[in-house]
Amino acid sequence: MSEPGTEAASTASTSRAKDHSPWNWLLFVPIVVPLVTPLFNADSPRLFNFPLFYWLQLAFIALGVGTTTLVYQMTKKRR
Amino acid sequence: MWRDHLTEIIIFTLLFLLVSAMGFVAARWRAPKDMEHLDEWGLGGRNFGGWITWFLVGGDLYTAYTFVAVPALLFGAGAAGFFAVPYTVIIYPMAFLVLVRLWSVSHRHGFVTPADFVRRRFDSPTLALLVAITGIVATMPYIALQLVGIEAVLKTMGVTGESPLARHLPIIVAFAILAAYTYQSGLRAPALIAFVKDSLIYIVILVAVLYLPYKLGGWGEIFAAADARFDASPSPGDGVLLNQNNQLQYITLALGSALALFLYPHSLTGVLAARNRDVIKRNMSALPAYSLLLGLIALLGYMAIAAEVTPLPGASEGTVDNNTVVPLLFDQQFPSWFAGVAFAAVGIGALVPAAIMSIAAANLFTRNIYKEYLRRDATPAQEASVSKVTSLVVKIGAVACIVFLDPQFSIDLQLIGGVIILQTLPAVALGLYTRWFHRGALIAGWVAGMGLGMWMLYQIPNPATGRAHFGGSAFPLEKFGLDTPKTIYVGLVAVAVNLLVAAIGTLVLRAGRVPDGVDGTEPDDYFADEDDPRSIPAPREETEAAGADTEPAPKL
Repeated sequence: MSEPGTEAASTASTSRAKDHSPWNWLLFVPIVVPLVTPLFNADSPRLFNFPLFYWLQLAFIALGVGTTTLVYQMTKKRR
Repeated sequence: MWRDHLTEIIIFTLLFLLVSAMGFVAARWRAPKDMEHLDEWGLGGRNFGGWITWFLVGGDLYTAYTFVAVPALLFGAGAAGFFAVPYTVIIYPMAFLVLVRLWSVSHRHGFVTPADFVRRRFDSPTLALLVAITGIVATMPYIALQLVGIEAVLKTMGVTGESPLARHLPIIVAFAILAAYTYQSGLRAPALIAFVKDSLIYIVILVAVLYLPYKLGGWGEIFAAADARFDASPSPGDGVLLNQNNQLQYITLALGSALALFLYPHSLTGVLAARNRDVIKRNMSALPAYSLLLGLIALLGYMAIAAEVTPLPGASEGTVDNNTVVPLLFDQQFPSWFAGVAFAAVGIGALVPAAIMSIAAANLFTRNIYKEYLRRDATPAQEASVSKVTSLVVKIGAVACIVFLDPQFSIDLQLIGGVIILQTLPAVALGLYTRWFHRGALIAGWVAGMGLGMWMLYQIPNPATGRAHFGGSAFPLEKFGLDTPKTIYVGLVAVAVNLLVAAIGTLVLRAGRVPDGVDGTEPDDYFADEDDPRSIPAPREETEAAGADTEPAPKL
C-alpha cells in the first residue's frame, strides 16, 4: 500500500530465516504429551505419596520449561 | 461474626492500603515523557523488561478467581478440576511463536489491541469490530469474577451485612480506589502492584503446602481423605482419578482453554507492553513457575477435604459456596495474622487482573469503536482520555453485575466468555500466520461458531443447582445423537465449526471473486524487533486514511 515495500523485501528473507528453525518443532512435545490422559490417569507409581496423576502432571511443567528454554537458546539471534 | 476475625481484617486492610498507595505512586514510576498517550497509559510505555513482564502477565493470567475457584473445583469434583495444570503447561509452547509475531507486527504498526491488527491485516472494520466486541463482552464478566474472589474472602472474615448494599459496601469501596488509581496511572499501577501481589501469594502458598500436609498427617492422608469422600458421594463424575467418561472433556477443556487464554485482550495487553521479542520468549519459559504454584494451590482443595472444612452457605437457600473452602482452610489452620496475609494476597490478587482487564476493554473501545466509528481524527491524547473514562465505566459495570445480579450470573458469563473469545482464533491467531482466509468468510465463521457455541451452552443442565440451561461447559455428546455418556468442551467444537465455515466460505468467495481488501502488513513486519528503524510511532494516520476509503465503514 505505501512506499516502504521495496527496501523491506531484501531484509525479509534474512529475518525470516531467523524465525524458522527445525528446533521449533520440539515445541509440539510439551503441547501433546500433557493431553494424553492414558499416560498419567493412574494411582501408582506414587512419588512422595502423590498419585501418578498429580506428580506426573506437575512434572510436565518442567518438560514445558525445558523445551521452551532449549528452543529459545537454539534459535536465539547471535549478536 | 467479624469481631472474631479482627486481626485478619486489620492485616487485610493495611496491606490493601499499602498497594493502593503504590497504585497512585505508579504514575511516576519509570516516568513517562508524556502520560497523555495511549501507549503510555494503556501499555505502560511499551517498555517493560523481563521481570516486570513476568510479574505483570503472571499476575494477569493467574487471577484471584483462579486461586479460589480451582481448589474449589477439586474440592467438589476431584481430578477433573486439575485440568488447570495441563492447560497452563501447554499454553506456553503454543504461544511461544505466535505472541512474538503479534508483538512484532504491533510494534511496527503501533497496534494496541488484537482488533487493531485484524483491521489492518484483513482490511475489514466489520471484522475488527466483531473482534473488539467479542473481547469486551468476554472480559466484562471476568472482571466481575474478580469481585467474587474478594467476596469469598470477606465472607470468611465475617464482613457481611443484612441488605445487599451493606454486604457489598467493602467491594464498592475497594473498586472505587482501584478505579481511581487505574485512571491515574494506567498499566503502570497493576505492573507495580503485581510485585506485591505475587510475592505475597508465593510466600503464602509455599508455607501452606509445606505446613498443612505436616499438620494433616502427610500427603498420603490427604489423598486418602479425598478418595474416601468421593467414594461416599453419589455423583458418578468425581474421584481422585479421571473415569472413562470425563477424559475427553479433560483434554478438550485443557486444550480449548489454552487456545483461548492469549486471545483475551488483557493477556495481550501484558504481552504488548513488553520491551522486545526476547522478553516474551524468555517469559514463556519463566511463566510456568505460576503453573506450579497453581497446581499446588489446586491441591489445597484436597487439604480442605482432609481438614473437614464445610463451605459457607451460598447466595440462595440450600446451596453451598465452594469458593469459600480455601479461605476457610486458612482461617481454621493458621494463626489469624497469617490468614490475614493470605486473604490480602487473594484480595490484592483480584485487583491486578481487574485493572489490566478494564484497561484492555477500554483500549478496545477507544481504538476499535470510538476512533473507528465516532471520531476518526482522534489524537493520541484524546485516545488516552477516552480510554481512562471507559476504564471507569467498565469497572462500574462490573460492580453493578455483582451487586444487582446473582454472582452465579457472572460465573455463567465467564463460562460463555471462554467459548466466545475462542471464536476470534481464526482471525487473530491464524491471521498472524496466513492471509489465506477471506475476510467475509472469517465473519461467517465467527457467526457460525458463536451460534453453535451458544446453542450448546444453552443445552447443558446443571444437576447440582437444578437449572436446565447454561449449567457448565461440558456438552453431553448424546445430544448430538451419539450413544455415549462422554462429554466434550463446547468451545473446541464451536471453534472447529468456525474454522470449517471460514475455510469453505473462503473457497466460495474466492470462486465468486468477491473483493478481499488489501493486507496492510508485510511478511517482514512479523519479525521486527526493538531496534527496528521502521516502526511507526502511534499516530500513524497517513496510511489509515488511504486504507479507509476502500470500504465504507458500516453503521454501528
